Amino acid sequence: MEIISIIAFIILAPFIGGMLAWLDRKITARMQGRVGPPVYQPFYDVLKLLQKESLVVRRSQNFYMGFFLIAVIFTGALFFAGENILLVIFALTLADIFFVLGAYKASSPYSFAGTQRELLQMMAYEPVMILSAVGMYMVTKSFYIKEIVFFKSQLVFYLPGLLFAFLYVLAIKFRKSPFDLSTSHHAHQELVKGVTTEFTGKTLAMIEVAHWYESVITLSFLYLFFGHNPVSALAAVAAGFFLVILIDNTFARVRWQLVLMSSWAIAVVFGLGNIFILFFILK
Amino acid sequence: MQLLFFLITFPLVIAAFLLVLKNDVLRGVIVRIAGFVICLGSLALLATTFHRDIQYFAASSLFVDKAMFYIEIILAVYIFYAGIKYKRPLTVVLIFLQTVIMVCFELFCRKGLVVDNNMFVDKLSIVMTLVIGIIGSLVAVFAIGYMRDYHASYHKEVKDNRCFFFFVTFAFLSAMFGIVFSNNILWLYFFWELTTLASFLLIGYKRTDEARRNAFHALELNLIAGIAFVVAIVYLYFSAGVAELDKMIALGKAAVLLPVALLCLSGLIKAAQFPFASWLIGAMVAPAPVSALLHSSTMVKAGVYIMLRLAMVLEGTLTGFMLALIGGMTFLLGSFIAISQSNSKGVLAYSTIANLGLIVLCAGVATYEAMWAAVLLIIFHAVAKSLLFLCVGAVDNQIHSTDIEDMSGLVVRMPRMSIMLEVGMAGMFLAPFGMLISKWAALKAMADNNPLLVAFVVFGSSAMLFFWVRWIGKLITVTGAQENIEGRIGFTEWVPLYILSFLTVGVCFFFPLVCKVLVEPFLIEMYGRTVLIGHDNIAIMVMMFAMVILFPLSFINYGKRVKVVDAYMSCANVETATKYRGAAGAIRNMEMRNYYLEKYFGEKRFFAAGVVISIILILMMLGYSVAWK
Repeated sequence: MEIISIIAFIILAPFIGGMLAWLDRKITARMQGRVGPPVYQPFYDVLKLLQKESLVVRRSQNFYMGFFLIAVIFTGALFFAGENILLVIFALTLADIFFVLGAYKASSPYSFAGTQRELLQMMAYEPVMILSAVGMYMVTKSFYIKEIVFFKSQLVFYLPGLLFAFLYVLAIKFRKSPFDLSTSHHAHQELVKGVTTEFTGKTLAMIEVAHWYESVITLSFLYLFFGHNPVSALAAVAAGFFLVILIDNTFARVRWQLVLMSSWAIAVVFGLGNIFILFFILK
Repeated sequence: MQLLFFLITFPLVIAAFLLVLKNDVLRGVIVRIAGFVICLGSLALLATTFHRDIQYFAASSLFVDKAMFYIEIILAVYIFYAGIKYKRPLTVVLIFLQTVIMVCFELFCRKGLVVDNNMFVDKLSIVMTLVIGIIGSLVAVFAIGYMRDYHASYHKEVKDNRCFFFFVTFAFLSAMFGIVFSNNILWLYFFWELTTLASFLLIGYKRTDEARRNAFHALELNLIAGIAFVVAIVYLYFSAGVAELDKMIALGKAAVLLPVALLCLSGLIKAAQFPFASWLIGAMVAPAPVSALLHSSTMVKAGVYIMLRLAMVLEGTLTGFMLALIGGMTFLLGSFIAISQSNSKGVLAYSTIANLGLIVLCAGVATYEAMWAAVLLIIFHAVAKSLLFLCVGAVDNQIHSTDIEDMSGLVVRMPRMSIMLEVGMAGMFLAPFGMLISKWAALKAMADNNPLLVAFVVFGSSAMLFFWVRWIGKLITVTGAQENIEGRIGFTEWVPLYILSFLTVGVCFFFPLVCKVLVEPFLIEMYGRTVLIGHDNIAIMVMMFAMVILFPLSFINYGKRVKVVDAYMSCANVETATKYRGAAGAIRNMEMRNYYLEKYFGEKRFFAAGVVISIILILMMLGYSVAWK
């Protein structure tokens, strides 16, 4: 059973992730009064990248991104095997660290600036992720995803504050405006392309695919809050994703100070507050 | 029994011998052999006692008691004299106060005191012995070559006093062994004070004004620790009439909460927790092996050791909770301050303070899960931190800087060293390495006990992520051609570094075994239950491990099928790869510097906050312990 879901994840996630990327572009285009790309566009983009020549600044920079992809797939496999949720978060962190180190290795001013911001973003969202896991543990008495997802009632009723905090950092995790500091899908930012500035061809394609996997994992995390009822859970995930796109299109980029402080403030007030109240209720 | 005696006296004998030995070569040989013997001795203790229950030894000897007493007096006189000579009134007052109390106690109360067992050895003692014996000796061996270079090329102005240096180093190890084997609290106190003096002498080794000032600062704080210890001994005598660790713990919470709180206060100072953290920061002036010793296997670990010993009493009390808050806050603020440090020694020092805070947090919570995490933290932290300090020292001897920004491109200049640094840092925070396993355990322990304490772990770890990755990143960022300068590092320095690197990786592999042989039996002795890690989790850790270890394999493809270009600079690249044509045609050099966020995570701000909050917490801890009857 676990093997099947792992294999399903590894095969299907890039398609779902690609579709999500398309949805993002399509909805964004519609919001801006454009037609938007056809559904296979993200896949064409990646296929095209695969045929490009590989340019590098430092010869080993691509290896880090290769391991970024591997670590992300590994993380997803853990998630869909229903393993320990903390371990999943740590594995995802490991993947992101490869991503950042790759940009460091590229030794280029723009990717370097991207690393600093990516690290700040990681520092911003990490507490909420772990606090969510702890909140789920307090309710379900288990860190195992396979037990959390089949819990006998809706987790969101116990963890509304954490859900709010999670939705807030969802935009950071997706590197979407107003939190697209480290790198952005739009080439209009002051950091050129930030973290990915010096990556081309196959490696850039790998990064893109890794991001698709990452989106699926992040949204699956959101799913857990509603896991009791799959229909409502899928609806909630869709709504969450739409929300991120909507916010992406309505807010301008903010400074890193605001990203860090607001997400930590929300983590403390809503995340920790939620856990605090839960602690006394469950006691 | 003989083995315990051997481990305490052997380093002392070697120390005395090294003090009078002036020959460089011979000293090197003796230090190496002695280090090897101490390692073997520690392993022998493991081999002969791991399958046994706690063993107590009477080891009563009037001679030893007397000798300790007189040595204490002599040392007190020495400190008193040093205090007067360098005009440190606080030192004089503190040592006077402490000695007067102790002498009165020895003269008037000692006779009425019956001590059945002076020494003991249990699983925690074995863990500590391994940490002290193996890491301590490796640091000593490293110091042979390091100190030679230190005096020969880099710090010519510092008086070469290596005889004295190795004398104190080995005496330090001896004192540490004494601490972990003592059941008699008076003996424990004796060794406790020896470590205070040893650290004072080592921190002041350079004999500059700064070194002297910092050494006295460390001494004064640790003398306060000594006074807290003495008061605990006296109180314990008058309230319960005991002076043994096991008897004291057996008396139960009601009888001994105050002395336990005082001993914990003493431990907090040794472990450099807020508000006493400043002495460890000042200790950075000492040569790298000293820092490695103080930060990893000795001194600070003595501080947390005593708290772990007393954890049984603390469990479920408000005293324990206060202790946990102090530890948690230290973890959080220490990690924050480390973000603002661009000096690598500063980062290491604050990360030590922070990680020790995490151990104190676990000791304060004192459930069996928290203890599990705490013991693992001690092991993993000692290995990785000693490696990091020694590497930074070796790098410092070559590039004459400890600034992280100056380590840019170290992967080209000192490839092996930079890989070791990366291993050490990965060991400090990255999945699936050691410290992360223990942080994970700590997280679970907090979630089961009081989820509010989770907040400290969560936010502190996030901050840690930032400053470690930033440093690793700087090492691998390469701009322009640089030459390899690694060849100047000697063989005796490489060997300990290699061993520590393999240990850092190895303990992660063998940690299930370490748990099974040492940590789990220890918890069963104490709590009657233990933590069992799921096999699936271990399997996953191993898989992650394999993944990380496979990473270097990708270098098979190094430079294949790629075209090397200059970095994009948004301007024309000119001349070399790092220059561009800027405004008005001026040719500029590109520079990359990490964020240190001093404005937000500044040392001053958080240190002051930490001191104020922790003083309040300590007062509450003591106040509650006094009131609780």
